[in-house]
Amino acid sequence: MIRMPEIDQDKCNLCALCIAICHCGAIVIVDNRIQVMETEACGWCTLCEAVCPTGALTCPFEITLERR
Amino acid sequence: MPVETNILLALPYFSGLGATELENIKPMLFDKSIPRGDMIFMEGEPAETLYFLINGIVKLFKTSAQGKEQIISLARPHEVLNDVSIFGNGPNAVSAQAMTPIVIYGIKKDRLEAVLTQYPQVGVRIIRALSERMQQLLTLIEDLSFKHVIGRVAKILLENAADGDVPGHRLTQQEMAAMAGTAREVVARSLKTLEERGLIRLNRHRIVVADADALKEMIELEP
Repeated sequence: MIRMPEIDQDKCNLCALCIAICHCGAIVIVDNRIQVMETEACGWCTLCEAVCPTGALTCPFEITLERR
Repeated sequence: MPVETNILLALPYFSGLGATELENIKPMLFDKSIPRGDMIFMEGEPAETLYFLINGIVKLFKTSAQGKEQIISLARPHEVLNDVSIFGNGPNAVSAQAMTPIVIYGIKKDRLEAVLTQYPQVGVRIIRALSERMQQLLTLIEDLSFKHVIGRVAKILLENAADGDVPGHRLTQQEMAAMAGTAREVVARSLKTLEERGLIRLNRHRIVVADADALKEMIELEP
């Protein structure tokens, strides 16, 4: 499973700015809902999160300490 | 797509104007569609036209002498792209690039002055919009001048990192910004700086703390 940006449908207003800005085509509208498709092309640029006006789309980071 | 009255009404400069006023102002503006990636204007060039973003996303950025790009903001629909440069009679303070296919409305400086002479109420709305912009810039100055955001970001990373079997929290840049009391853009810049210094690695959706000791030192230096 490839980790992808997450969508909260309750917050989404379907403005589709995330679709417009996504360079890898991972974000689509299916059945009048924003869906994020799994793709290795997603480089976690976080632009979809940056442009989302309602905070519905998020790109959380896992933070880990490097093992030595 | 021609200039439309209902879209003009959604722009902060013209909201609340009557139908007759809007119909008179409409011919002063032109519309333009621009493909993703194209430049709208360049930093340092004369600012001759005021632009309103109607559809899509525009990146406003500055470029350092070393060619390093610094994003000032990502403009969303109905935002004005270059009011400060237009009203300040200066060159473009930033560059603007279409991040998606976009539609903009433009109005030449001389035509804008004619609108302001004829409809002083537009001037009041512009003052209001510029005041909001100034407030945003004052907040940014405060962030950059008085707060050592990078130290706070370092602290957030250490406090939320998974360590061995202890799971860490997953955090968005927006959440880190809220925790650090700053803007998301400042967090993004701080993470980039920490990566350039070799203290962390940004590995897609993972932030790997490569040098925890150096991060701790940074927290002590910039509490």
